[in-house]
Amino acid sequence: MNAVTDTTPAAWQDQLFDVLKRADIRQVGYVPDAGHARLIARCKADPEIRDVVLTTEEEGVALAAGAWLGGQRAALLMQSSGVGNCVNMLSLMRSCRFPMLMLVTMRGEWEEFNPWQVPMGSIVDPVLKLCDADVAKVETPDAVVPAVQNAVQLAFGGDRAAAVLLSQKLIGRKVWVK
Amino acid sequence: MQANVRIATLDRRAAMATLLADRPANLFVVPGLGSCTWDAFAAGDDDRNFYLWGAMGGAAMIGLGLALAQPKLRVAVITGDGEMLMGLGSLGTVGMQKPANLAVVVFDNGHFGETGMQASHTSGAVDLCAVARGCGIERVMDVGDEAGLRELAGLLANSDRTLFARVRIAADDPPRVLPEKDGVAIKDRVRRAVAKAAGFTPA
Repeated sequence: MNAVTDTTPAAWQDQLFDVLKRADIRQVGYVPDAGHARLIARCKADPEIRDVVLTTEEEGVALAAGAWLGGQRAALLMQSSGVGNCVNMLSLMRSCRFPMLMLVTMRGEWEEFNPWQVPMGSIVDPVLKLCDADVAKVETPDAVVPAVQNAVQLAFGGDRAAAVLLSQKLIGRKVWVK
Repeated sequence: MQANVRIATLDRRAAMATLLADRPANLFVVPGLGSCTWDAFAAGDDDRNFYLWGAMGGAAMIGLGLALAQPKLRVAVITGDGEMLMGLGSLGTVGMQKPANLAVVVFDNGHFGETGMQASHTSGAVDLCAVARGCGIERVMDVGDEAGLRELAGLLANSDRTLFARVRIAADDPPRVLPEKDGVAIKDRVRRAVAKAAGFTPA
């Protein structure tokens, strides 16, 4: 089997968690995605981070607004399809200039197995930009930390939305066990 | 006959005024967009109100984020049935977190009051109290009179567990009383009030 089935986390996955810790992220909302599994597990294991499982991704946008009102930094972890669920709620962030950090694992692009992922996956970048978010796409392990650090700075330093798209080139295509 | 039989008589403005009349210093309010924001402003403008002019379906989650960030503050989300219905899943998310300092109060008139008084789901099949119980919220109140409102007002200050309350208000449309509209101004004002109440320095 290829490396994607290896359960040993890649170094960048723990480095990504370390960036969130250094940025003092205290609430992490998520709709699970396989590509975020390691990060979600690290957040759940950290007593200083409140992990908040969501029923839909837009909840995580509103959660981040509330966290910021309360003096805490939040992040939203989601798959590319979830970006579509966030569009209207992101107007809250723009109207009020809330910081909004989004980490998006991509589907519907490199080596995608499921064609139903393509319609949303293919428009994530322009949709986020239309929502006034800064967007950076990461395809190699060495680019993860600088891209997320930059997004942290853009979001919390500039009171705006910033997203990092983690490509299937980076996380590996979804492996179907059946 | 529908399971969700209702006798809705409470005046929404008077109900909001009762809930906030003896508001403790640490009680922050997230009023849902539209009528509840007008009601909260009509009850008296306050730095501790995060008035919503949009973000439909997000009020409970904004309240959750604030409640988790500041456990010593009290947070009351006060929203309409239409706004709550759009974010129904957030009741499940609240039920998973169960912050003792969070209350979600729905002013339920069974109608979309801002858009022509079309009947909403709560005029028919949907019972929000049952939904809240099913989402794991342990303290659920169905408020239909002044005594219930006064009990709810007390619990906003001191409930020891997450609270959900449906307040059965009449389907009327009082004159609009509009607060500050600038989102940045509203946000910054609330953040300063939180910082003062909780003792942190806003970034």
